[in-house]
Formats: sequence, structure tokens, C-alpha cells
Amino acid sequence: MAPYLPSAAAAAGRADFATIGAWIAPAARVLDLGCGDGSLLAYLQRERKATGYGIEIDDAGVLACIGNAVNVLQSDLESGLAGFDDASFDCVILSQTLQAMRHTEAIVNEMLRVGREAIVTFPNFGHWTHRLQILRGRMPVSSSLPYQWYDTPNIHLCTVADFDAFLDQRRLEVENRVVLAGGRSVSVLPNLLGELAIYRFRKA
Amino acid sequence: MTSFAATTGGADAAAAAAHARSGRSIGVVVPRLARFAEPLPLACGRVLPEFELAYETYGTLAADASNAVLICHALNASHHVAGHYAGEPDNVGWWDNMIGPGKPLDTDRFFVIGVNNLGSCFGSSGPSTVNPATGAPWGADFPLVTVEDWVDAQARLADRLGVRQFAAVMGGSLGGMQALSWAVRYPDRIRHALVIAAAPNLSAQNIAFNEVARQAILTDPDFHDGRFEAHGVKPRRGLRIARMIGHITYLSDEQMEDKFGRELRDGLKFSFAPEFQIESYLRHQGEKFAEYYDANTYLRITKALDYFDPASTAGGSLARALAPAVCRFLVVAFTTDWRFAPARSREIVKALVDNHRDVSYAEIAVPHGHDGFLLDDPQYLAVVGAYCDRIAAEGAGAAHAAPGAGAPGPGSG
Repeated sequence: MAPYLPSAAAAAGRADFATIGAWIAPAARVLDLGCGDGSLLAYLQRERKATGYGIEIDDAGVLACIGNAVNVLQSDLESGLAGFDDASFDCVILSQTLQAMRHTEAIVNEMLRVGREAIVTFPNFGHWTHRLQILRGRMPVSSSLPYQWYDTPNIHLCTVADFDAFLDQRRLEVENRVVLAGGRSVSVLPNLLGELAIYRFRKA
Repeated sequence: MTSFAATTGGADAAAAAAHARSGRSIGVVVPRLARFAEPLPLACGRVLPEFELAYETYGTLAADASNAVLICHALNASHHVAGHYAGEPDNVGWWDNMIGPGKPLDTDRFFVIGVNNLGSCFGSSGPSTVNPATGAPWGADFPLVTVEDWVDAQARLADRLGVRQFAAVMGGSLGGMQALSWAVRYPDRIRHALVIAAAPNLSAQNIAFNEVARQAILTDPDFHDGRFEAHGVKPRRGLRIARMIGHITYLSDEQMEDKFGRELRDGLKFSFAPEFQIESYLRHQGEKFAEYYDANTYLRITKALDYFDPASTAGGSLARALAPAVCRFLVVAFTTDWRFAPARSREIVKALVDNHRDVSYAEIAVPHGHDGFLLDDPQYLAVVGAYCDRIAAEGAGAAHAAPGAGAPGPGSG
């Protein structure tokens, strides 16, 4: 059995689990897009009695989910969420996956079609260490962006300010925004000091 | 490269089994026969006054009978699912790569039952067994049986073996349809359904292929309206052609191209003798099949496939049809399967999701087409293995105790 290699983001993600968990109502029905090895869903099942499904395209992730007793549906997110009816979930989560998707806007629309609300997390490209590396003339490599420019799956990186603008332009209502650094919430200069951004939003 | 174990059963499975990566063979197994004296009402309106089912079991039934798994077979397979018969080391069960000690469905933990379906020709009551009312073989008089009839008969076998509730019912292709039917017909008797390379019903194209195969048999001059035994003949030509047609649908275009391409046996002869390798391969498969298979059985099993359509009794809604099912599901499809394409499995998944049921779905990337469910893909075997591990870990305590994926439906709402 091939070991599942969680993305560095998922490995660093325990802090965002707690944040997300606090936003999930008890026994909520959750869809986790790009669920990896299913650890977030397993966490939400355990801590919040949440139910639902993960979607994962990668074979190793699917296998790990099954081992973790998480419902997983092997599917390509880029082709949308056609298998799910409108408003069939309390919450649709896209954890550390947005930046790797081609059809960014389409998936956000789909999330708010099938879910009452959406939670999106992504590595903040605006973190000062990333800015510094660019000033030095190199593509950023960090614990939240652990890839070299030539092997990164990340094609749509953004900053906290970028995502604020994205939601604002689409008139989506931000219910919560937490920016973490070293697992702690950052309230001062989050776009400069934050490593991981976590948003909860809905249609206004 | 994978050996070309193109097969839906029989000794061909031995080739596939040889590739099994882990686990051991269960070894020598013994087929058994269970006789049922209570009449079995059938979907067609007729009643089987009594019947027999051939079956095999592997492993040990737990004291609380909580570890039983039923294996349902596809079109031309049988109750001989794993191991081999004494003195017949090559007569290996058709899912021997999946089932045995240390294999994905581990017989050290599970009590596994393989059963031969009604109407088959491998031991259970069918066209080639004796009709107790006449003392002669049923032949063409054996009723047309459905997937639901099979499941009802299997439930009688479960009763006989002391299995009140299966840990899982599992099958590939037509076997997967039986697992689905179990979940709906006997929701409290099954904790998990493993529905592999199946479909919620046959497409027009699927039925079309079946009809061509049936026509090959029905129009064989040796068929004699199904009473060929009385004439001392067998409609071999029809069976051969039926099998050749079936075989084309079991393989992917890609796999066929890879294995045979346009390869010739011995140059062009400007004749109708087999020249291309694919021709001689299909003829060989047809010949073999015509020797061991019964024409009346083939007609009936293809009809059972055609008739299977749970949504038809629920106003065309598969979601409504599956609403009674409360078990957990593993649905598996194979990317190059065009007979029961992944989209068909996704229909099943969607209907289960609509009912808030626990379901996982794996789409296995293999070149083998529909036959993929019999072969040794590491991801496939690992997925089934991980799922079976989960079933074993849950034990009987999980019997519908879990709320499902937030299920509001019957049985948990």
C-alpha cells in the first residue's frame, strides 16, 4: 500500500482544523473538496459529529480516506460538482486547494450552489517572507509554499487582500476571516504576517 | 505487463490469481448443495416449488455470526469463488485474487459465502437440473429469474447458514447489481454493500448486445426451442457467437489494441479462416465457453441483466428506489469500462448521496475495461482491502448504529 503523503499544507493544518471546526454547527452536513487523506473530515466527524463526504482525485488520498473511515468520492473538482444538488450541504469546504485549481471562480460558484456557506483556506502569498524572497529576485519557497517554481501544483496563488477583493467584487458576504501564523490568529497586518487564511462566506 | 487474463470466470481466473501480490490461497475447497423445500415465488409470477443452491464457504463463522460476507457472481461465473478443488489445482475460484487468508477480503477474519444463482448451470436449480414435477431436466421450462429472485433465494441460504445479517454483500458487474438489490430488499440484513463495476440498469446499447447474443442462440438450428437435450445436441454455434460478442464488451478498445492490434497469425490468406489474432482469440474463447456453458442459462441470465432496473419501481427515480437501503456502500468503477462505464456507477453514488447514505466511490484507472474487476490492479485491491479492514474494525456493533451521512431517510430518520 502506497503511503499517503499529505501536502505540507495539510500537515501544518491542525490549527485551521480547530478554526474550521468552531464554524461548523454540530451534526452539520459537510462536503470537503480536495479532502486529501480525509483528516479534516475525520476531525469534524469526531469533534462536531459532522456528516458528509470528501472529494479527492488522487488515488493515495482516496485509499487513505477509506482507511480513515471517511466517505470519499473520487472525482475531479475541475469538472464541477454535478453529482450534488443545490443547497444539499450546510457547508462546503475547500481547504488548501483553491490555489491549485484552474477554474477558481467556477468552483467558488459551485460551492455556493451546493452549500449554504463556504469555507476556503489558502496559503497567504502576501506573507512577508514571500515578499522578501521576491524582492531578492526568487520565487518564494516556505513552509506554507514548499514547492519550487518548476514543480509547484499552485497556479492561482493570492494574498489575503486579493481574496478580500475577490469576494467583495462578487458581493459575497464574509461571515468570518481568520489569518493564522504559526497556528495563532494574527490580527495586526494579517496580509503581511499571516501564513494561512481561512474564510467563511456566503451569498449576500 | 499484465497477462491477458481476459475472463469472466472459469479457469482463466487462475492466470489473474497468479498475480496476486499478497496473501495465500485458501487451498482446497468443497462445493456444497443446499436444498430448500419451501416454495419460492418469482418475479415472473411463477413459483419454484423447491430448489437447490450450490455454494461454498471459506473461513469461520463467528459465534455471533457477525462476520459473514456474501459474494454474488456475474454472468457466467459460479459459487466457486476462491481456492481450488481437491486434485484440480488449476480449477481456481474466479475471485481468488480477492479472497483468501491475508487477501483483501481476508478469510482469516471473514466467513465468506460464494453462491451459484438460480437458473445457472453450475449446480443450483436451473435449466440443466431435474424438474421435480416431471423427473426430467427443466430445459426451456425453467422460469426466467430476476436479480431480485436470486437475492430472495440467497436470503434463504443465509437463513440456513445462520446468518441473520451480513457484514457485507459484494459483487462485480451483475454481482454488484445483486449487492445493490440486497441493500434495498433486505436493508436490515446487510451492513455494507460493495458494488463493483456495476450499473443501476442496462443501457439500450447493453440490451442490444445481449439481444444479439440471444439471437445467436435462438436461431441456432441446434437450439430446438430450448429442448436441444432431447435431440441430443447443443447449440454450440449460438453459444460461441454469444460469448464472442460478450467478450468484445468486456475488453477495452485500448487493451484489445495493445494485446492484438492488427497482428496476423500467418499472413493474409484471402480466406475466411481466422487470420487476425483477435479473430482466433475470440473463436478460442467462444469454443471454450460453448463446451461448458448452457444455452438456456445464457438466455436467462442475460434477461435478468436486461430486467434489472430498481428505479422502474420507484417512478423512474433511482434515489427513491435506493431510499430503503441503510447500509454503507463502497462503489468501484474502472475508467476504461465501457460496458458499465464509471458514469453509471456515479448514478448509483448520486442516488445514495441524495439519500444521505454513507458511500465511498473509487474510480480505478486501468486499461482492461469491464474485466478490470477480476484483475490485479494494486489500487483496486488496496481500496477493497482497506474497506474490508474497516468493516472488520467496526464489527457487529456498527449494525446501523451510525446515523449515515446525516440520513433523513427511512430506517434512520
